[in-house]
Amino acid sequence: MTGAVAISLSVNGERVDASVLPRLNLVDFLREHLKLTGTHIGCEHGVCGACTVRVNGDIVRSCLLLAVQTHNASVETIEGLSDNGEIADLQSAFRERNALQCGFCTPGMLMAAQDLLKQSRSPDREQIREHLSGNYCRCTGYQAIVDAIETTARARTGRLP
Amino acid sequence: MTSEAENPETLSVLDRPNSYIGRAVPRPNLDRLLQGRGLYVSDIELPRMAHVVFVRSPHAHAKINRIDASAAKQMPGVIAVVSGRELSNVITPWVGVLSHLKGLKSAPQNAIAIDRVCWQGEAIAAVVASSRAQAEDGAELVSVEYEELPVVTDMRTALDPATPVIHASLGDNLAFERIHDAGAVDHAFSEADEMVEAEFVFGRHTGVTLEPRAVVADWNAAEARLTIYQGTQAPHMVQNIAALHLGLRESQVRVVCKDVGGSFGIKVHIYADEMATYALSKLLRRPVKFVADRVESFNTDIHARDHRCKGKIGVKRDGTITAFEIDDLTGIGPYSMYPRTSAIEANQVVNLVGGPYVTRNYRARARVVFQNKNVMCQYRAVGHPIACSVTEGLVDLAAMKIGMDSVEIRRRNLIADDGYPCASPSGLRFEQLSHQAALAKIVRMMDYEALRAEQAALRKRNVHRGIGIASFIEVTNPSAAFYGVGGAKISSQDGVAVRLDPQGSVICQTSITEQGQGSEALTAQIVASVLGVSMDRVRVILGDTDNTPYGGGTWASRGAGIGGEAALQATKVLRKNILDIAAAILQSAPGELDIVNNRVVNVADGAPRIELSELGRIVYFRPDTLPPGIQPELMATRHFVPREYPFAFTNGIQASWLEVDIETGFIKLLKHWVVEDCGTIINPQLVDEQIRGGVVQGIGAALFEKCVYDERGQLTNANMADYLFPMAGEMPDIDVGHVVSPTMESELGAKGAGEAGTAGAAAAVTNAVNDALRPFGTIITEIPLTPQVILTALGRI
Repeated sequence: MTGAVAISLSVNGERVDASVLPRLNLVDFLREHLKLTGTHIGCEHGVCGACTVRVNGDIVRSCLLLAVQTHNASVETIEGLSDNGEIADLQSAFRERNALQCGFCTPGMLMAAQDLLKQSRSPDREQIREHLSGNYCRCTGYQAIVDAIETTARARTGRLP
Repeated sequence: MTSEAENPETLSVLDRPNSYIGRAVPRPNLDRLLQGRGLYVSDIELPRMAHVVFVRSPHAHAKINRIDASAAKQMPGVIAVVSGRELSNVITPWVGVLSHLKGLKSAPQNAIAIDRVCWQGEAIAAVVASSRAQAEDGAELVSVEYEELPVVTDMRTALDPATPVIHASLGDNLAFERIHDAGAVDHAFSEADEMVEAEFVFGRHTGVTLEPRAVVADWNAAEARLTIYQGTQAPHMVQNIAALHLGLRESQVRVVCKDVGGSFGIKVHIYADEMATYALSKLLRRPVKFVADRVESFNTDIHARDHRCKGKIGVKRDGTITAFEIDDLTGIGPYSMYPRTSAIEANQVVNLVGGPYVTRNYRARARVVFQNKNVMCQYRAVGHPIACSVTEGLVDLAAMKIGMDSVEIRRRNLIADDGYPCASPSGLRFEQLSHQAALAKIVRMMDYEALRAEQAALRKRNVHRGIGIASFIEVTNPSAAFYGVGGAKISSQDGVAVRLDPQGSVICQTSITEQGQGSEALTAQIVASVLGVSMDRVRVILGDTDNTPYGGGTWASRGAGIGGEAALQATKVLRKNILDIAAAILQSAPGELDIVNNRVVNVADGAPRIELSELGRIVYFRPDTLPPGIQPELMATRHFVPREYPFAFTNGIQASWLEVDIETGFIKLLKHWVVEDCGTIINPQLVDEQIRGGVVQGIGAALFEKCVYDERGQLTNANMADYLFPMAGEMPDIDVGHVVSPTMESELGAKGAGEAGTAGAAAAVTNAVNDALRPFGTIITEIPLTPQVILTALGRI
């Protein structure tokens, strides 16, 4: 075990300076050090997608990234995307369509959905399903999530459902 | 995609202006979860909280000769290393049996193993440290000397005389056996024109809740009270069990359950490591947190469905089914789980086989055996998928044998919708089911004839698609017959308290719990509708043994039917109390007043008389202005338990349309349909989403999910990369329809819907695969239907 390393990064637009052990995962750093508990831990081996966050604009599994790797990076979590209103419409569509039950996958699911909608203005259902295929949801069976994302895509491009 | 109710009329107390009953209103307070502001147990931190990590056995069966924790205790941050023997000074062992399951036996189980481990993953020591990482560092340095013992893994040989007995004190490896014989089975088989037999094999699988099991136990020595924060479906059950085994009174234990990251029955039990965490908190006099990691979850969350069931059906040439017979064998691991026991699933299989059909001739045997694998117990739709797959598989085999269409044989044998009340061959009482209406409806929804035509056309082009149908019955709203009669302190009644606050808001405390199904929503819908207020005025409190009425919680599809009725009855009383006060204030009569849109109005002309906020102000702050002698009571509590029927059975039917790639063995799901009847529908969107989620869990079992053990009892795929489960890309859209037959047991009329999807999905998919493969003359009766299983059946590998 080596000693702590100083890192400096932006988290949801705020500058964060911290001293962390090299072995610390980004998700543990966010949850335990910054108390941003909206990012969840489901598998800790990069399969379930519950810990999905944005680093420098790309969605990543924060359980597969070390905190020290985010030195000088910009990290965005569900709290940040909620507070700045970026995904308010998506969240509203999820609420109206009951696209969440227990809600544990939801922050990661929203991150992945917003990533798709930034890449593709009008994804079809198959593309939506494909883009979500790294995010596990045990409750919904996915259909309501696909519906909510489809509705949001339509609304954003001015095509009302 | 939208659901439709055939019979939308509701009951009088609910059929009020602006009623929320039957409306797809969004669940309250979802923004917390959507914005990452939920409070799951894994999020909870308390002052002086320590973290526990368990050292777990790498062997399926071994003696523990020595545990050396000296190096671990020297590690930074390590507070304590505790063995099973040390912990047994604080917590007593338990035996997972219930008296109504006659003959069920099990051995005493400890919170942490003492002297011997019986499955790979059983905890043998606890390492408590200031952080989880430090506890893991410490656990790596605990040195254990094991002496491996012979393992029992194959349930088929578990009862052989040559097989070692896991618990010598029990005499053999048979945990439970049930034999049932109804009607005249041998005679019925002799009258059949054809008989078909098959052995159905089910893969052992597990719940894979996205949030692993988690608990924070906080023993406050100064208060002599233990607060348990746990993602559980049954807080009062946890309170009872924790108190019992820690030598406390129930009043010394508070169980708090906020957000729960998925449960599905996984979190309705009490696990040894959770018991150990409670005990460690008491021992160390500080809060202790346990969050299972994913490997631990696979090794210790209950598994389910490890069954091999031989089945036999007799059928006449006109399609009449003459009898069913089954012989079910299931392996439950080394202990019967506590406190619900591990005999319930096999018992349910016996109860449910043949349930949708007219024939009364039914013989069954179920045997439950011990083995050195992880424990098995109740998981969503307990026993239903086994019973449904066996029954519906046999019905399809019978239809094939006599050359009858699979819809037609069901039409001829399903109980007629006017044939109720009646009883099943296993003695279950049905109040009112709707198999025939459901069958007719699903045939319309899927356009059955068109699909058959498409199937025939594609077959000529060597494209192999299949249609699978599965009717089912579902156990919901269980009374004390489920657990209470067997001696378990698991409540079958639920309570709701509602009160009107000064500003006209309503606080509602309920003993049912929320794991995402919508307990909070349905409770608020009922309270708002019955009282006459808008839903945003209703705040629902659940999941806290100190602050809710006593009750069972949410499991076995009981929340809406039992907790919902308690909410209805409590709110009726509050409504009456409010109208009595209003009449006194307004010098009117209660019968002339109503509550609509947050205000008291005249029944006759709807004219507003007094706002509830004004009534609240008077009652709480100016009672001196009320007429003499009046003591307002703006809080009401009611409890409910079904008394007439032990269970409110529901029914439904599912259909699957899929394509089998005969070159690769892959299955592509094209469409799935469900028609179900849960009685009064409180929120159609929530019901439909329960069903869709349940279907996908059933599809997981049908196609992907299996805990793969080797012959040494090692679980070889205990991670989310090797254990496959349904992801968005492979799942079909699912159309849901309804038939509505309210139960007359309650004013609400609601039955459950939580098991329906999981109950029949695997049967529908398996029947569809066999339908697709019909040209190849092969029948598959094993799930999961992996490419290997398909290609093997086709003789290609």
